[in-house]
Amino acid sequence: MTEHLIVILLLTVLVILTLGIIYLKDLLAAIILLGLYSLVAAAAFVVMDAVDVAFTEAAVGAGISTILLLGALSFTVREQKPPKHSNFPALIVVITTGALLIYGTLDLPPYGDSNSPANSNPQLAQYYLQKSDEEIDVPNVVTSVLASYRGYDTLGETVVVFTAAIGVLSLLGLRRRKREEDPKISEADQRKQQNEDTS
Amino acid sequence: MREHLIQRHRVVQVVSKILIPFILLFAFYVQFHGDFGPGGGFQAGVIFAAAFIVHGLIYGEARTRLVLTPNMLRLMMSSGVLIYAGTGVVDLFLGGNFLDYSVMAENSVAGQHLGILLVELGVGITVAAVMVSLFYCFSSRRSSVNNNSKKDIKS
Repeated sequence: MTEHLIVILLLTVLVILTLGIIYLKDLLAAIILLGLYSLVAAAAFVVMDAVDVAFTEAAVGAGISTILLLGALSFTVREQKPPKHSNFPALIVVITTGALLIYGTLDLPPYGDSNSPANSNPQLAQYYLQKSDEEIDVPNVVTSVLASYRGYDTLGETVVVFTAAIGVLSLLGLRRRKREEDPKISEADQRKQQNEDTS
Repeated sequence: MREHLIQRHRVVQVVSKILIPFILLFAFYVQFHGDFGPGGGFQAGVIFAAAFIVHGLIYGEARTRLVLTPNMLRLMMSSGVLIYAGTGVVDLFLGGNFLDYSVMAENSVAGQHLGILLVELGVGITVAAVMVSLFYCFSSRRSSVNNNSKKDIKS
């Protein structure tokens, strides 16, 4: 019962944070709130016993993506421009999509239901839980499923991360900076560059 | 101005110098303790990258580049995927299926342990390198944008 209350409280905080992100015109504050959102979501995952997911959410969502978004923010200005046209059509699209998604969740089994197809199918989830100890002998079943039973999927995920990096690198490049901030560049080179700049 | 900025953060610099080794150590703990508790290659890679990003944020990304060069990152990025896929190929040559680690050691459980270790290591290396290089991309881009704008003002 208390667990449910905590989850409901955390989800309420998530809704409030989302509204805050939407309404804030200050992009820096919105990014900080986004990091906070990930942290609260991670807390919710911990309450739901999904510790590995919570770990990832806290490390990636609250840590790295905040940094990357701040880096992206430094390309642009801090304040969001006021919209030039009406947002009404967008609102309708968002509400329709949200309503459809909520309609879709009505078919899902209740949270933690032992009779749900995912939990009661003897060929899959039960097999992992029962056989993981003797076949893989790793205490954390998440790891044994992730790395061994579903190793092929994880290979795909790693390749996706790799491909994403290749995409960003080909767009932004990983060039060395050649300016005065580079400590490796000698004084003479700096002066030469400055002369070129001023000329 | 740059000097002034760095001078101002003396406390952060000292504290981060103490913290960074522990962040790296924690990353290794998460990496190799993933079999027993929460964690694994992905999380460990992100934490490992976080140590370098903290260094880059505080000391300037140009200094971090001297420690972890972009070429090194490219090498790490691809070698992680290679370690992962290579484990699968080794399994093929040892007579198993692709990514069936049971054939890698004398008994199947030891083989699974070895396979999971290698695979998680591959994931960790790739993720760490990708995260740091994304950070490099954004921060180096910013400095060039700033320099260009300065140049525009001058001319």
